[in-house]
Amino acid sequence: MTKPESVLIIGSGAIVIGQAAEFDYAGTQACKAVREEGVRSILVNSNPATIMTDLDVADAVYIEPLTVPTIERIIARERPDGLLPTLGGQTGLNLAVDLANAGILEKYNVKLLGTPLESIRRAEDRELFNDLLAKIGEPVLESEPCETVEACEAAAERIGLPVVIRPAYTLGGTGGGIAFTPEELRTIATSGLAASPITQVLVERYLGGWKEVEYEVMRDGAGNCVTICNMENLDPMGVHTGDSIVVAPSQTLTDKDYQMLRSAALRIIDELGIEGGCNIQFSMAPRKDVRDWEGDPSEPLPYFVIEVNPRVSRSSALASKATGYPIARVAAKIACGKTLDEIPNAVTQRTTAAFEPALDYCVVKIPRWPFDKFALGDRGLGTQMKATGEVMAIDRTFEGALNKAVRSLEFGRRTLLWEDAAWRDKAIDLRATDTRLWALMAALRRDVPVADLATETGVDPWFLERLQRIVGVERRLLSEPLDAELLLEAKQMGFSDEMVGQLADRLAEHVRELRLQLGMRPVYKMVDTCAAEFDAFTPYFYSTYEQENEATPEPGVSTVVLGSGPIRIGQGIEFDYASVHAAWALQDAGRRAILVNSNPETVSTDFDTSDRLYFEPLDEEAVRNILENEAGETGETPTSIVQFGGQTAVNLAEPLWRAGQGIIGSSAEAIDTAEDRELFERFLQNLGIPQPPGAAVRTLEEGLKTAQTIGYPVLVRPSYVLGGRAMEIVQNPREMVGFLAQAAEAAEGRPILIDKYLEGREVEVDAICDGERVLIPGIMEHIERTGVHSGDSMAVYPPVHLDEEERETICHHTEQIVLGMGAIGLTNIQYVVLPRDASGQPQVYVIEVNPRASRTVPFISKVTGVPMVQLAVRAMCGESLESQGYEGGLWPERNLVAVKAPVFSMSKLAEVDTYLGPEMKSTGEVMGIDSAYEPALAKALVASDLALEPGTPVLLSLSDQTKAEALPLVHALHDAGCDLYATEGTGAMLDALGIPSTVVTKVLSGAHPNVVDVIEDGSVRCVLNTSENRMTGSLRDGFHIRRAAAEKRIPCFTSIDTARAAIETMRGTVTPAVARLDEYVAR
Amino acid sequence: MSSARLVLADGSVFEGRAVGATGSVGGEVVFNTSMTGYQEMLTDPSYAGQLLTLTYPMIGNYGVDTAVEESGQIQPRGLIVREVAPVSSHPLSTSDLATFLAERGVVAIDGVDTRAITRRIRRHGVMLGVITTEPVEEAQERVRTLPGYDGIDWASQVSTGKQYAWESFAEKHELRPAMESRSNKAIVKPEGAEAAGSPKRVVLIDGGVKRNIMRSLVARNCEVTVLPIDANAEEVLALRPDGVLWSPGPGDPQVQNAQVEETRKLIGRVPLFGICLGHQVIARALGAGTFKLPFGHRGGNHPVRDERTGTVTITAQNHGYAVDPEHLAASAAVSHVNLNDGTVEGLSMSDEPVMTIQYHSEASPGPLDSMGMFDRFVEMMDSAGGRR
Repeated sequence: MTKPESVLIIGSGAIVIGQAAEFDYAGTQACKAVREEGVRSILVNSNPATIMTDLDVADAVYIEPLTVPTIERIIARERPDGLLPTLGGQTGLNLAVDLANAGILEKYNVKLLGTPLESIRRAEDRELFNDLLAKIGEPVLESEPCETVEACEAAAERIGLPVVIRPAYTLGGTGGGIAFTPEELRTIATSGLAASPITQVLVERYLGGWKEVEYEVMRDGAGNCVTICNMENLDPMGVHTGDSIVVAPSQTLTDKDYQMLRSAALRIIDELGIEGGCNIQFSMAPRKDVRDWEGDPSEPLPYFVIEVNPRVSRSSALASKATGYPIARVAAKIACGKTLDEIPNAVTQRTTAAFEPALDYCVVKIPRWPFDKFALGDRGLGTQMKATGEVMAIDRTFEGALNKAVRSLEFGRRTLLWEDAAWRDKAIDLRATDTRLWALMAALRRDVPVADLATETGVDPWFLERLQRIVGVERRLLSEPLDAELLLEAKQMGFSDEMVGQLADRLAEHVRELRLQLGMRPVYKMVDTCAAEFDAFTPYFYSTYEQENEATPEPGVSTVVLGSGPIRIGQGIEFDYASVHAAWALQDAGRRAILVNSNPETVSTDFDTSDRLYFEPLDEEAVRNILENEAGETGETPTSIVQFGGQTAVNLAEPLWRAGQGIIGSSAEAIDTAEDRELFERFLQNLGIPQPPGAAVRTLEEGLKTAQTIGYPVLVRPSYVLGGRAMEIVQNPREMVGFLAQAAEAAEGRPILIDKYLEGREVEVDAICDGERVLIPGIMEHIERTGVHSGDSMAVYPPVHLDEEERETICHHTEQIVLGMGAIGLTNIQYVVLPRDASGQPQVYVIEVNPRASRTVPFISKVTGVPMVQLAVRAMCGESLESQGYEGGLWPERNLVAVKAPVFSMSKLAEVDTYLGPEMKSTGEVMGIDSAYEPALAKALVASDLALEPGTPVLLSLSDQTKAEALPLVHALHDAGCDLYATEGTGAMLDALGIPSTVVTKVLSGAHPNVVDVIEDGSVRCVLNTSENRMTGSLRDGFHIRRAAAEKRIPCFTSIDTARAAIETMRGTVTPAVARLDEYVAR
Repeated sequence: MSSARLVLADGSVFEGRAVGATGSVGGEVVFNTSMTGYQEMLTDPSYAGQLLTLTYPMIGNYGVDTAVEESGQIQPRGLIVREVAPVSSHPLSTSDLATFLAERGVVAIDGVDTRAITRRIRRHGVMLGVITTEPVEEAQERVRTLPGYDGIDWASQVSTGKQYAWESFAEKHELRPAMESRSNKAIVKPEGAEAAGSPKRVVLIDGGVKRNIMRSLVARNCEVTVLPIDANAEEVLALRPDGVLWSPGPGDPQVQNAQVEETRKLIGRVPLFGICLGHQVIARALGAGTFKLPFGHRGGNHPVRDERTGTVTITAQNHGYAVDPEHLAASAAVSHVNLNDGTVEGLSMSDEPVMTIQYHSEASPGPLDSMGMFDRFVEMMDSAGGRR
């Protein structure tokens, strides 16, 4: 194959459930690999919070909506030779298929590189795939592709219930499920057909309780095949692999089993003709005492091929981190025409990519679910993925890796010792939910036999007996003296000092002291792909309690960057972006950058991002151990940076400071000033900067009194939590009583903040300070008014509604706050700007100050061209802004407009309400950028699937409060030829205006069609639903409307401001022009 | 559980726990990086005289199943692991590894930092060591007095004492048929292939053969007669074989001078296939030398390139010595090369039906990707038969 001269790489867009940071990791590796081959790389992605969209990662970067017309424009402009479709997740792959089907690739003579389109079709189309399996003699699971609900019913009849319903061409199993009854079959078939872009689902025999095993395989153009890794799910078949606890390598497979499936995997990719990476999922018969099956266990165990992903996937990111083998990088090189034996192995620097990693440790992955934020959501796990992110931990035993993985989850302060209060007096629910691991532990503590648990859950007894061993050590810690032998056993099983202390009735710090007295420190082992067979150069380590330490300190000044842990709502990929840039900035400043993180999906945990990577939990114990391990001959520990890893890292500031560890950048005191309500209030008063009146409270009485004093409505939220968790606008004392209880739980003993709710324009700034000067790269204005969480708001740079004086006031306040706090590095401040009062002075109130990098850092960095993290890190290292070539004040506004829009994953989270409020719900973001506001907004709406076209039928259900404001919008919709549907009250308003509408009832039990019917049958294709708040009836009424819209995947506006933006930019099918990011920024 | 220690010839000591049988054992300490297949490795005769370190830390997870054994006994002198799994689970498991080790009298140590041991061997090369419950000083003395590994004819010690026919042996021992999977791409033969032609007669020279070699041959319609390692060429040819397979086995090929001479007499007279030790003996018969590798190749992930096609295959390996091709006869050529260190992985002859591989096409444990070598052996016998 001749090498292409230029290659287009399509990213995966916003972070959504089922498609997270792993594709930034894959895309970034691919861009680097393609460049190494001397091929020009052209990248398109709508997600600005990615490393891959940095100007120096690809040769040409486009931040544009991922649609066929937009990409056609980019292709016409750049004329790439090739398109690399397999690195941008299902989104990128589907787009490539669409581009091919639309004839665009042919028109511009663009070759698909890597895995051929025909292979992709044969892997993704069930019928073709089953034919292929049959041809090579692989066992095919009984299944039928269906295109109607009736066909699904007929298929289920033939196969026999229960059946699995899998929608074709979707990510994370969206819309699918397991149907046990005819009713469930109808429901799931309906949602599954709606979710599939080709309206096709697969009805498949259900193998509940069978083992689930995955293989990551690679094949080059010459037909050489290797296996990178195999993985075994702790959760048996029935739970989506993205929602399963996964171990690598497999633990309960013999060599015969392992090789049987490995050979099958290689035969399949060979037959498919994959050129690159591929993931193959198998189901294998369990022990007969766990689930009985027909057949003779002395024969090779029966298995089925479940699914093939002909692309780089979440599992391949996990496999890359679990083994050290860079799958995306090698896949990109294969796409450029290299064979495996021509690709050097970056780990050994001597051998090639043609080998199979050997692990000498155990890896455990645990998903991170969003149910801390969506307590009312359906927590059941099935074929539809619900996790937003994941953590991984490595140790020499399963127990050690498991405990460390749980410690990495940051789900409250939950360790493996956590139990649900309900289990105290009720039977333990062992169904597959986000808490099943803890339920199994609780059952074992109550002496439920392993055999019973295995039969009930299908979890292999091997895992359960390993859990039982952990329970055994718990019991010994409870009852026996804490001697060296017992402590070592606990540490080797991954117990934290805190867990040991909790059981042995000591303070964590005392356990630590005892441990150090005994000379019991963790050692660090290298992840080297070869089980130490070759000298390796991966600076990638995990801790364990054994003899030899391989991570000895190296010369030079080191600084530790604390990462942000698993992707979750409120703490997304933006913080990984900042962590990665922090590491790079340290290296530029001549320091050794040491990264600590627990998230396998990210660029930060790529072993060549930093000088040394510790794959460890981000808790006090793990970080202190690392710092001590890094102390050189002088015994001096390196300093740490806590600013870039979101709240995870900021929360470590105080414990590290108490432990006498140095932090560069804003001090623990500065952080406390920003986060401690009373300190902060006094601080602002001294500066004469207004903030909404309020107080920190600890009891209900205090709360009611405070609210009474400042007047309702008030904003209630716990301090020290991220993403507005448990935050609410409360209108009256009755609501206050209900809500304070929830907030108190989320606050975990810390105070709850009550503030006057000020309705106005919300504005956000990020500032960089070197101790003397404050640089403000840009001001962002939110499109939604205050009350919608900043992470869920659309935002525009530069601001469109602020006048010069207001901007100056904002900059002035910002400088005073940042300098006054003594913040060094980055600070994020949110303001609310109210209409001017009689005095004529700008009314700028401070809502919140975060002494850390915020989620807007990548966005502002990209649109202003100011390397914010770089400047901040060097300022922390003592270099002034001036010496870095920057002055203070507001950076000159660029001649461009950029709009950030949030993206939600609501269709995947049943029973979760989608209305926008003070609590963050979005999982990701996109950016629209252009030379003017309107096209930029239009691009952002298109990229976030909120764009409206004239003539779209709309359902209106408006609260009384918002009816007046909605009037011009209703007229605009009517004028644009949109058919209007309305609920009773809204219909009456339209009648009065003389605008025709179809009235549908909100009452679901009454006449048809009701609001849900018109959404489900496709009569309406957009919903505008406003309501007061969650405590009132109107919010409850709207719930079904919003859920129906989420499941039908149609735009649903709950904020009048977002709706206004969408309606004002309503347009036809004209695709806005495209340009490279650097072209916009240079204008 | 009582404490035990591994003491190496360089004086280093690794403290752990005694598992399996009690006692002290000494041997050459080697490591294998396969993540599965501990029972196959424990019964592989090529580990005779060695202490086997497994780099995967949790060993015994899927229990034990006598059907997968590669010989009738435990072969390494001792076993070194990070953890003998306290729990095991598999549909075919009949016992757990700790019990198995105790019943079979295997001295083992667990709880040691096997990665540290592996790194030491990688840096300093394989060395002698002792697993013991004795105090350190005594163990160090014992290591000093151990006989060296290299000069010993280990292969003769593990070879069969007398000739036998594999099928009757298999029947007598109620061994299961080949454990090859239906989806092994190299194995699947067109329907009715068995009916084609009469069985091939294969004589197997046993320097420490693994059962899966015999099984793989039987699956290809071969009748296998196993001869002791000291069988001479006349005895081999007297059986009128269609082909001769020279088996893998332990130890230094330099001690097999007599066998090299006998093998030289077979070249050109009968199709010859050598695996591992067999490859080395045939290589010497073709004029090549052999040398000891610093720490051997032991694992299931070694890439081997076929020099004639450029194809790369992942192979199972277990050898401490390699062939030096410098003085190889002109009629022979290096057919396969190890991608990691460039060592010789196979030979072929242009004018005679002779092929050899350093790696283990029979897998068990390890990838099945090279099973096709047995088909090539059968094809070689076919075409040689046609010529005669």
